[in-house]
Amino acid sequence: MTDADITVAAASRTITYRDALREALRDALQRDERVFLMGEDVGCYGGCYAVSKGLYDEFGPDRIRDTPLSESTFVGAGIGAALNGMRPIVEIMTVNFSLLALDQIVNNAATLRHMSGGQVSVPVVFRIPTGAGRQLAAQHSHSLEGWYAHVPGLRVVAPATLEDARGMLWTALQDPDPVVMFEHVMLYNMEGTLAAAAGPVDIDRAVVRRPGTDVTLITYGGSLFKTLVAAQALAADTISAEVVDLRSLRPLDAETVLASVARTRRAVIVDEGWRTGSFAAEVSARIMEGAFWSLDAPVARVCTAEVPIPYPRHLEQAALPQPAAIVAAVKALMGA
Amino acid sequence: MTDQSPAPHAKPRLTRDHLLGLLRQMMRIRRFEERCGELYQQEKIRGFLHLYIGEEAVAAGVMGCLQPEDAVVATYREHGHAILRGVPMTAVMAEMYGKAEGCSRGRGGSMHLFDIGTRFFGGNAIVAGGLPLAVGMALADRMRGRPRVTACFFGDGAVAEGEFHESLNLAALWKLPVLFVCENNLYAMGTRLDRAQSQTDLHLKAAVYQVASEAVDGMDVVAVEATARRMTDAIRDGAGPQFLECRTYRFRAHSMFDPQLYRDKAEIDDWKRHDPVARLFAWMRETGMLHDADLPAIERDAEAEIEAAVAFAEAGQWEPVEDLAKDVYTREVHP
Repeated sequence: MTDADITVAAASRTITYRDALREALRDALQRDERVFLMGEDVGCYGGCYAVSKGLYDEFGPDRIRDTPLSESTFVGAGIGAALNGMRPIVEIMTVNFSLLALDQIVNNAATLRHMSGGQVSVPVVFRIPTGAGRQLAAQHSHSLEGWYAHVPGLRVVAPATLEDARGMLWTALQDPDPVVMFEHVMLYNMEGTLAAAAGPVDIDRAVVRRPGTDVTLITYGGSLFKTLVAAQALAADTISAEVVDLRSLRPLDAETVLASVARTRRAVIVDEGWRTGSFAAEVSARIMEGAFWSLDAPVARVCTAEVPIPYPRHLEQAALPQPAAIVAAVKALMGA
Repeated sequence: MTDQSPAPHAKPRLTRDHLLGLLRQMMRIRRFEERCGELYQQEKIRGFLHLYIGEEAVAAGVMGCLQPEDAVVATYREHGHAILRGVPMTAVMAEMYGKAEGCSRGRGGSMHLFDIGTRFFGGNAIVAGGLPLAVGMALADRMRGRPRVTACFFGDGAVAEGEFHESLNLAALWKLPVLFVCENNLYAMGTRLDRAQSQTDLHLKAAVYQVASEAVDGMDVVAVEATARRMTDAIRDGAGPQFLECRTYRFRAHSMFDPQLYRDKAEIDDWKRHDPVARLFAWMRETGMLHDADLPAIERDAEAEIEAAVAFAEAGQWEPVEDLAKDVYTREVHP
């Protein structure tokens, strides 16, 4: 081991996405006494996906607050606590369950500032696991981020990297408005290297995760790494794909998307939501509005098949966007 | 509705001044609502308009038990609550007009009155949607060690919603300082209570969740106030949430669009014999507490306040259309 190796080791560590999220939670709880975590089994159990494991012992039942299975009310209580000076983080066990609280999120969190003529803000963060891949079938596996991204008054973010898992929470907590943070369930075990000094990151901008010249692949959340795999495969066929990670679905950083498409002249959107009425459709429309004359080919989409997510692994995988389908979509655009 | 005289345990507070105050408050909102009805006919007020006429004793009885640092969460039938909480009638009326001088800058209208200065947190038009908010506000107070009460008003219709049950359970489980005030006016829009509930004694539902609960004659402002005071005192003493069911009745239609096909005029007339304003008036006169000059003075003051509110609303400005996207986010966000 050289001195340089030792310095690198000290400045970074191997960590999972789950641990990075936990570190962000711990950091927020330590930094601001108004912050607390609330949700089903976040405390004693340690979190359905073990994100909050250990925090109950560390911070106690007041700040790591187990709730009854009352999504609408503990989500609404998070909104009420935010109105009254707290900075709540509310975990909803899975995006499918968030539908039980949709009323509070859409009719209260998103509207209170506007309906009150700007008198109140709702600084609450909702953490919602989303997506398929664990064979949890049709009531635990959907990707409904696009629904939330439809709603004015909400901010919607999707951390897809360790840096974002570690850094988005604090920034979201500093935002005076409600932030919905989607964590893809297939990312929790993702392991990688994170700088020791990793901290808050912006939640405004899309990021080019891989530069390229022939086509722009636009994605977010759990589909990012599949898209990067596809880009790698395309490179072997001498097709240079640029990968844009949206990071924020609302607001949508159209500028970064359009700048990339203007360079590559082709776009494929990869979205684990269903194709019809999808967030991918919104991105596609933005490209039509802002980069139509730059395009050399129609915008393409790779989305989840129009079916509730099935249980058997082979069917579940067949329903989801996969690297092979992304590669095929790009090749079709290229006439390759 | 059997006992026409105020509850006996409240008598120590029944000074002439105090009762006159209650009468004055009820008259203010009775006349305000009547005027709103007229203004609706004149198309000055649009959208939905839900009048509180007949139910004044509930808001008048409860509001006096709250401190400035307490919070109020109400429903879409909340003009009276806002005014009695101290939101200026001018700002309430301007809000009904949709003017920029309104208490919610015109963005909310009749159903969404907000005023942070008096800690009046709306005007919620999703039935039972305010209960979880009240639970959360009380949770914040409890976590921060603030000895405050959150008063949450809702109707009998809310009792059928899941959020009612979830909220009562959570408030009781966490011993949160919430005063739940159920304004049971017997109808969820047009659905009579016994057509919607297997158990029509609503306070019993609260009791199941270990919430101290009581039903009172909601047409008797003194009874409402006495019970609300006991309950807010208990909450401040750390007794946890309390549930006050006020049995009342709405004399007017659910909203201005309601032809009232679901109830007989005879039923309305019968309830009008229990009119909370007339009842307090009659009782005060009977006991010699009301002087001849009192009522004209109250009427005159209410009239003047309402006229000033109407003039204020009329003179108000329409918010410029260029500001349309304002206050969707606190910071500038371009979706």
